[in-house]
Amino acid sequence: MHFGPHLLLAALEGLVTSAVLALTALGLSLVFGVMRVVNVAHGEFFMLGAVLAWAVSTAISGHPAIGFVAALVIAPLLVGLVALIAERLVLRRLHYNPEGTIVATIGMLYIIQQLALTFYGPEARPVEPPFSYRILLPWFGYSGYKLSVVAASAILLVITWLVLTRTKIGLIMRATQYDRETAQAFGIPVERVYAGVFAVGAMLAAIAAVLIVPISQAHYLMGQDPLLLSFIVVIIGGLGSLRGTVVAAVLIGLSDGIVSMFFSPTLAKIIATLVVAMVLVFRPQGLFGTTPR
Amino acid sequence: MADKNGFFDLSKTTLSRRTALKGIAAGAGLALAPGFVRYSQAQSSAPIKIGFQLHRTGIGAAYGRWYEKTSAAAVKAINDAGGIGGRKVELVIEDDGTDPARGAEVVNKFAKQHKTDIVFGTLFSHVVIGSAPAAGENKIPYFVVSEGHHVASTKLNRYVFQPGITDVKSQIQSMAPWIAANAGKKVTQIFPDFAFGYDHRDYLPPALKAQGADVIAQIAIPPTESSFTKYFPQIPAETEVIYHVMVGPAVLTFVKELGEFYGSQRPQLFGFIDSLEAVDINSPGLEFLDGSHFWEGSPRYAQPDDSAAQKAYRAAVGIDDNGAAVGDPKDVSTAAHMFGCWETLYVVKKAMEDAGYKGPEDRAKLVEATEALKEFAEGPEHPQGPKTFNGKIHQCFGVQNISKVEGGKLKVVHKTKIEDGLYEPEGDYTTQAL
Repeated sequence: MHFGPHLLLAALEGLVTSAVLALTALGLSLVFGVMRVVNVAHGEFFMLGAVLAWAVSTAISGHPAIGFVAALVIAPLLVGLVALIAERLVLRRLHYNPEGTIVATIGMLYIIQQLALTFYGPEARPVEPPFSYRILLPWFGYSGYKLSVVAASAILLVITWLVLTRTKIGLIMRATQYDRETAQAFGIPVERVYAGVFAVGAMLAAIAAVLIVPISQAHYLMGQDPLLLSFIVVIIGGLGSLRGTVVAAVLIGLSDGIVSMFFSPTLAKIIATLVVAMVLVFRPQGLFGTTPR
Repeated sequence: MADKNGFFDLSKTTLSRRTALKGIAAGAGLALAPGFVRYSQAQSSAPIKIGFQLHRTGIGAAYGRWYEKTSAAAVKAINDAGGIGGRKVELVIEDDGTDPARGAEVVNKFAKQHKTDIVFGTLFSHVVIGSAPAAGENKIPYFVVSEGHHVASTKLNRYVFQPGITDVKSQIQSMAPWIAANAGKKVTQIFPDFAFGYDHRDYLPPALKAQGADVIAQIAIPPTESSFTKYFPQIPAETEVIYHVMVGPAVLTFVKELGEFYGSQRPQLFGFIDSLEAVDINSPGLEFLDGSHFWEGSPRYAQPDDSAAQKAYRAAVGIDDNGAAVGDPKDVSTAAHMFGCWETLYVVKKAMEDAGYKGPEDRAKLVEATEALKEFAEGPEHPQGPKTFNGKIHQCFGVQNISKVEGGKLKVVHKTKIEDGLYEPEGDYTTQAL
């Protein structure tokens, strides 16, 4: 294959990775930014979203698009509910203590993963894409659905940004993030904000998973890679910074796509990890992060 | 009011990046730690205890589930017919997480704690290679159903056997003439980047060369990879045949993305069914596979010329004519491999009875009795077909099936002969001390 089309394919693949990564990492970043909780179970919410998408789409007969749209609505809501319960039962009881919540979310990771293995099983199961249009380029074919994932993700990111910057809910969230004590003093129900943010963070991961599941199947171990990549993205972009998360996701996704296509996927992972190390050494707060007060 | 919850303690409210990293490191460490293991003690010395090293979790879990079903069905059939030497057989299951380090732990546990008579059932080659030394140290016979060439290479040890499934080197050698004659002469290989894949990488080129065909590119893909399009530009344009063998949970994605990439303008495809084991061949996005060919150890779909033994075996394991679980057409089996569990257990029965096996003190006798076996006739105990066994390299050799995807089913179009897959032994386990 010639260089031009090769690069195009690499960029397309990279964009799809970026799109999903941006949504997942945004959830992680939001939870950390507002609650100061490092959610190690974030990847499992992603997995849960995919598994539930499979369950919903197989339960609904008819055109695959109906099942998919239903999954896109129902799966994130259910995952949000699970996150809400986890927040109530675990995180709140630990008073959002940073060290305590890390250990607790590791526990949640295992519980969710093993429950999925028990009730869903070890198989990788496919979800039918809502449409299967194959874009025929002169050099190779490309899945039209993959491109629609990029578009959907971009729209969701814009919506999240609008909510955070233009609405009262966003204002409350930002206030809580900026200074919890002052926010509480001004009558903001901090605990409810925390519960909401934790649920929304998990839902973002679940939405990303529903979008990706027609491309790569639902499997109980699928949460590991997104978790690792999300941490990489969040560290590079700056913990708690929306803009940083998106920029870092595009950066990591594209470099992953291009490096792994022209060299090797292992090299892409090495580079991503190296970038994390460099960022930690030279700009510990991340590209767009602010230094902790 | 005391600030019991630490709400107003500013020192607690900020989480440093160092703490965050600590958490990530702790998470990664935990993910690597061996899982919680169950401990149970022998209740009675009466039954023969077979330690079943099972891929219940990890990337081999889909295979593991069917290995468990098949083995349970075989043990039931053996027990219903009077057991081994009049003693009942009992499977003691331990999950190895499809992980080599944990595999070795499991073997140690079978030998030292459960005190099983033998260890049995491992599929993934890296787990076999990781566990074999533990079997040798404990001097416990280790019967694997792995397909890899590692047993026959005589690089493991005298306690490791593979009497129920042909190894990859033999499979490739017996099928290469068909590939070169029917599919094409310029072959690009796609294989998983670990031991099992390396068998394909190392043995296909010479086997094809002998038939006047060439491997023009070799593409190794990590077994945990989840997206594959990025590898496809490495396939040279002049490729006539793509020879693919993938394992792990993302196999369906692999085949689907191959379809998106090529559409109908694809080169010939020859795959090991491993690329689609436990996956419905009629899954959306797989239409382009129509007309392509697969290796199958044992056919997934019932064939018109199935023997009575094959039919009885399928009924006992509980798979329907489409190779899916009876009553759940979506639950597709790993038919091309799992027959090996059934057959291996019958080999164990034969060898134990030949050796007059009484208990762990007779393990050396069991090894020698297994090595003395020469042939397994086709029948209820060996439903996949007849096999020969080479006691020097602890490996059996059987027939292979090449199946064509036709109308959403796999139809056997060629069966190899046992002689096609025989090769010069690379060593001799029987010279090793017991």
